[in-house]
Amino acid sequence: MYQYDTHDQAMVDARVAEFSDQVARRLSGTLSEEQFRPLRLKNGLYLQLHAYMLRVAIPYGTLSSRQLRTLGDIADRYDRGYGHFTTRQNIQYNWIRLEDAPAILADLAAVGMHAIQTSGNCIRNTTADHFAGAAPDEVADPRPYAELLRQWSTFHPEFDYLPRKFKVAIIGSETDRAAMKLHDIGIQVIRNDAGEEGLRVHVGGGMGRTPMIAPVIREFLPPLQMISYLEACLRVYNRYGRRDNKYKARIKILVHEIGADEYRRQVEEEFAHILTLGLEPPPAEFARIAAQFADPAFDPQAPEAIDRSDPDFALWVDQNVHPHKAAGYGIVTVSLKPTGGIPGDASADQIRLVADLARDYSFDEVRVTHAQNLVLPHVRRADLHALWQRLDAAGLANANLDLISDIIACPGLDYCSLANARSIPLAQKISQRFADPARQRDLGELKLKISGCINACGHHHAGHIGVLGVDRKGVENYQLLFGGSEGADTSLATIIGPGFSEDGIVDAIETATGVYLAHRSEGERFIDTYRRIGTAPFKEAIYG
Amino acid sequence: MSVEKIKILTGNDLLVGDVIWWTGSGWSRHVDHAAPLADDAGALIAAEEAARSVVSAYVVDATREHGKVRPNHIKERMRALGPTVRLDLSLRPDDPAAAAWIA
Amino acid sequence: MDDTLIRLRDDAASAAPVLAFAELAETTNAAAVRLSPGDDARALLPLLGQLELVEVEFPGFNDGRGYSAARILREHGYAGELRAVGQVLVDQISHYHRCGFDAFRPDQPIARAAIDKAIATWPEVYQRTVDGRAPIWALRHG
Repeated sequence: MYQYDTHDQAMVDARVAEFSDQVARRLSGTLSEEQFRPLRLKNGLYLQLHAYMLRVAIPYGTLSSRQLRTLGDIADRYDRGYGHFTTRQNIQYNWIRLEDAPAILADLAAVGMHAIQTSGNCIRNTTADHFAGAAPDEVADPRPYAELLRQWSTFHPEFDYLPRKFKVAIIGSETDRAAMKLHDIGIQVIRNDAGEEGLRVHVGGGMGRTPMIAPVIREFLPPLQMISYLEACLRVYNRYGRRDNKYKARIKILVHEIGADEYRRQVEEEFAHILTLGLEPPPAEFARIAAQFADPAFDPQAPEAIDRSDPDFALWVDQNVHPHKAAGYGIVTVSLKPTGGIPGDASADQIRLVADLARDYSFDEVRVTHAQNLVLPHVRRADLHALWQRLDAAGLANANLDLISDIIACPGLDYCSLANARSIPLAQKISQRFADPARQRDLGELKLKISGCINACGHHHAGHIGVLGVDRKGVENYQLLFGGSEGADTSLATIIGPGFSEDGIVDAIETATGVYLAHRSEGERFIDTYRRIGTAPFKEAIYG
Repeated sequence: MSVEKIKILTGNDLLVGDVIWWTGSGWSRHVDHAAPLADDAGALIAAEEAARSVVSAYVVDATREHGKVRPNHIKERMRALGPTVRLDLSLRPDDPAAAAWIA
Repeated sequence: MDDTLIRLRDDAASAAPVLAFAELAETTNAAAVRLSPGDDARALLPLLGQLELVEVEFPGFNDGRGYSAARILREHGYAGELRAVGQVLVDQISHYHRCGFDAFRPDQPIARAAIDKAIATWPEVYQRTVDGRAPIWALRHG
């Protein structure tokens, strides 16, 4: 894992000092709220529905056990004993006092963390494949690139007041576990026919009001030109992205309006110029970072076989443990989706427990997934049973990864001032309706994603089943979408008909699963059946 | 007693962030303490924001009956109560019917 | 007149009339010009030898196009005065400076000491830009 050196530390320390000064100026009245707002947002501090909310960056979703433990401690010390893991691999605290915010940033800085650029019209925290460095199908670990990106984007002076926010995701496998093509920039580490490592760059994807899948703008970029190329991508956007209408200000609109070919041409022109300026960190810097993501000391003798005599354990292994690139190891997903629970919420005690488990079983490493779960990436299969027992005792052993109850839900109207409808109660009702584990397993992989407004933090466009909460004359109403996917087969879900009440949409979803069961062919997932038979049978069953 | 249609002033405590309501002489965390605004609130908002007792103050429509104030919009009722999924953290932690007041 | 002007340069300020970008086409010997956010800084590149002052307008502090304009001019060798004008606030001064601005005329005055403090906000920097500072990666690898 990446460790801050004195340079990195100096930067986050300077940020704490800067923000402490800004908060003091706000409290003394020197700064108006209008002037302070963008400054606090650049430190992830929102004024939310009930209170200030602090969003802490978890760069590329990777944490050490020490860092995770600090996140738990912050929840106790400054908040109300819990945190919320988000679809951008970050964590949010819902009840922060403005006067405490500088102290929290200082606690974070002490473990090499920050809240830099977790909001605002700037380059946000880079997300990555949560199985990076562990997945068997990986071409290369994307995290060294992500860390290079983190440093480059931190306090970038030219790109701090972009037309709109800017999100980058990076993966290193053919399997896309990061919804890469639904980002402003999506990068995939690939190998060309000559076996050379390089980057395929997609630009102009996103969800929100106008969902779009990012087209490929560069088929193959030499890896050590990434910073220069992104400078070019961002400069074209900063200069020509729309600023007249915030709903048309994301880069996807620019790429869409001028066309991918014209955007590519402008970027290439800028890129050629930027290459002459010497902006790219040298190979030694990439090597320095990459060395810190080297494999931990896997035991080459680690046994593959496990004792499956405990049926609950066996079910959990089958559902929540993925194959690892190292023999005798597994990738464990810790579900934060208990039946009737709040997706992505974890108590301070649960957070600290997972930190302990990472220390004891996973070479000190934890990941946060965009699906709002936690991952212990490097667990000896021989340790799985002991790990499972400790998770189970804390209510964290739900064997529901990628099943219908593994719901992504944004905070919705319970917490968010942008929301039009509540998301969490709906997620709770659905997970209760489908509480029977055998029924969930029979339905198989089914990605259900709920957003409480059109901004789509709950990724409803990418759900096999998506739900969008809307405000219909002051009453919460829910629209139903089918056919989305965030994987390598990325597709955008579409609304199938009129909306429902909260109870009505739970019924409609249950009806849809019935249509799937009636029509599925051997081995088909819900999304496969939907793609094959189309909307009509579902509409017929739901609307009659 | 009939239902009064009123306008009330809300915002957040600058320092702590809590949702607060203008009582006519100060701020309260309880929406039932909210006082009807007599006339244009612009000067009041400006003065209170300048005094740094409130941030992002704005006027909302509400009704009042038997001393109970109910904001018209669901978002404001949510602010007045707290998250329905964590009633233990809301202003009515011991009232299981509290969530029904939102919808 | 220019009571809020702060220059980080030792030379005398240009006395030339400041032309709007659109007026450039009507003259051949412009020495001072003002860019609005939508103006293409690259159109000034042929004139870099004769320009003494480029004012870059920030009608709002949150319109960041002027940062790119400034950096483009510096990247192409412009050595004259580069002045940020308008909604120029102390919390953005560091960024302005890193993008090549060496003069500020804010709508609301900023003390020179506050400008100097703002420029020193970051003890080190991650990016190479046009301000001559060595990025952290260069400090690491010499």
